[in-house]
Amino acid sequence: MAGAVILWFAPVGMGRYGTYVLSLWLVMSVAVMGLNLTLGYAGLKSLAQAAFMGLGAYATAILTTKYGVSWYAAFALSGLLTFAVGLVLGFPALRVKAHYLAFVTLAFSTLIWLVMRNEQWLTGGVFGVANINRPEFFGIKLFGALEFHRFVVVVTFLLAVLLWWMIRSPWGRAFTALRENPIRAASLGVDTRTYTLLAFAIGSAYAGFAGALYAPLVEFIDPSPFSLSQSFFLLLMVVAGGSGYLLGPFIGALLGVVLPEWLRFAGSLYLIIFATIVMLLLIACPQGVSGLLERGWAKLSGKAGAR
Amino acid sequence: MAEFIAYLIAGIATGAIYALAAIGFTLVWQTSQTINFAQGEFVMLPAVLVLLAIKLLGAPIWLGALIGIAAFILIFGVGFKLTVVDPMIKHGVLPLAIATMALSIIMKESAKDGFSAEAQNFPSFVPSQTIQVFGASISLQHLAIIAVAFAVIGALQWFVGGTRLGRQMQATAQNPTVARILGIPVERMVLLTFVINAALAVVASVLISPIYLAKFSNGEVIGLFAFIAAIVGGFNQVRGALVGGLIVGIVDSMAAAYISTQYRLAVPLVLLVVVILLKPEGLMGRKEERRV
Repeated sequence: MAGAVILWFAPVGMGRYGTYVLSLWLVMSVAVMGLNLTLGYAGLKSLAQAAFMGLGAYATAILTTKYGVSWYAAFALSGLLTFAVGLVLGFPALRVKAHYLAFVTLAFSTLIWLVMRNEQWLTGGVFGVANINRPEFFGIKLFGALEFHRFVVVVTFLLAVLLWWMIRSPWGRAFTALRENPIRAASLGVDTRTYTLLAFAIGSAYAGFAGALYAPLVEFIDPSPFSLSQSFFLLLMVVAGGSGYLLGPFIGALLGVVLPEWLRFAGSLYLIIFATIVMLLLIACPQGVSGLLERGWAKLSGKAGAR
Repeated sequence: MAEFIAYLIAGIATGAIYALAAIGFTLVWQTSQTINFAQGEFVMLPAVLVLLAIKLLGAPIWLGALIGIAAFILIFGVGFKLTVVDPMIKHGVLPLAIATMALSIIMKESAKDGFSAEAQNFPSFVPSQTIQVFGASISLQHLAIIAVAFAVIGALQWFVGGTRLGRQMQATAQNPTVARILGIPVERMVLLTFVINAALAVVASVLISPIYLAKFSNGEVIGLFAFIAAIVGGFNQVRGALVGGLIVGIVDSMAAAYISTQYRLAVPLVLLVVVILLKPEGLMGRKEERRV
C-alpha cells in the first residue's frame, strides 16, 4: 500500500521518459507476477509468458483500434482469452508429465510469434499496430505520461492484491503444497492436475493483463517484444527477484527493466551481466534477491533478539 | 520426383544436424536430468570460436579450427559441468534448467557483442558443387554432412554399446545408484557425457555453418528443432534422438517446399504437440514410470 502511494508520486519531476520506464516496470511486474504463480507457487516451467503477453497486447490493440471496444472491456477480454488459451494449452501438456509443459509452451511461443509476424491482415505483420489509444478514467483522458502512470499504479495494485488474496486463500495454499511436494499433496486429497492447470491458466491471464496495459503504454506494438527469448528473460526475472515470494516479481522486474537504464554505459552487455547475475544468484541463493533479503533480515533480527 | 529427391536429401542433411544436437541433449538428460536450454547455442558457438581463433591469431584454417574446437570442448564440456551443473544440481532440476537459459543468453549475446552481429562466411571443406542423381541436383555439401554425421553417430553407437567405457556410461545413465555400487566411477562418466555432448555440438556446428553461415542467432532454431527431435524420437534413447532428428529435418524441408515458407517452423511444432498427446514417451522411447 505504502509502495503504491510512493509510486503514485514517484514520477513527479522525472520527465516523460523516466515516467515511462517506471510504468514499464510495473507492467512487466504484472507479467512476472503471473509467471511467479506458475513457477514459484506451482513449480511449472512456462516458456510462453511473453507470448501470452503478446496475445493480450494484440487483443487489446486490435479490439480498441479496429472495433472501437472500450479499453476496460478489452482488458477483461484479454485476460479471459489468455486464461482460456492457458487451459487449452496446459490440459494436454499436464496430462502427460510436468516438464512437457516447458516444451509445449516453447512450441506455442514460436507459433504465436509466427502468427503475429505473418498474418498481416490481423496483426499488421512486422509493421505492427499503431495509434493505440490510452483509456479514459471516469471521463478523465489519460493521455499524459504521468496520468497514465498513475492509472498503471492503480491497476497493478489491484492485480497484486487480487493475487495476494488468492495465494492466502485455501486455493493458494493448495498451490504451495503442490510446489513443496506434489505427491504428498495428491495423497492429502488435493486434485493436483486441476490446481496445476488453474495456476498455469491464472498465471497466463496475468500475462494477458500485462499485455493489455502494455499496448496503450507504448502506443505501438510489433512482434519483437513477445519472442521466445523474451519469455526466457521473464523467467530469469522471476528467479532473480525470488520465485515464490510476493514481492519477488517487483524486484525481478526492477532488475530486468529499470536497472538497464542506469547501466546504460554497459549497453548491450547488460543482458550478459544480468544473466550472469542470475546464474550466480542461483548458485549462491536459489531464492533470489527476496530470499537474500529474508536471510539477511532473519540474521539481523536474530542477533537483536539474542542480545 | 527429381525435386522431391533433392528436398529429401536436404532434409536428411539438416535432420542429421538436429540429430547430433538432440543426441547430446538426451545423453546429458539421461546422466544428470539436466534440460540444457542452451543446446542450440552449443551448436552456434563453435563456429564463431573457430572464426575468432582464425581472426585473432591469424592462424591457418586448420589450426584455428583446432584451437576453437578445443576451447569449446574444454569450456562448454568440462567447464559447463563443473561450474554450472555441479553447484546447481543439488538445488533441483528447476534452477538448473533456468541456469541453462541464462547460459544461452550469455552465449548468444557474447557471440553478438564479442564477434559480430552479422552472419559470417564459414570455410567449407567440401566444394559447393552439385551432382546429378536421377535428374535431381544434389549438393555435395549435403552429402558430406550426411556422411560425416552418420559416421560420427555410428562411432558413438559403437562406443556406447561396444566398449567397456561406453557400457559404463550407459549403466550410469540408466541407474546411477546401481552403477556406483558396481564400482563404476559415476562422476567421471557424467563428465564424459558432457564432453561428448560438446564434441557432438562441434561436429554439428562445423558441418552446418558453411551452409547457414555463422551467426549469433542460429542457436534459436537449431535448439528448438533439437528439442523437438529429442521428444518426438523419445527422450531416453540415443536411437530415438537420431530418428527424431531425421523426421524433423525431412518434415521441415518438405514443409518449406510444399506448404509455406512462412509457416515452415510451425509444421514440426505441430508434430511435437501431436506426439506429446499420442505417445508422450516418443516414437522410439520406453515408458518411464517413476512416481515416488
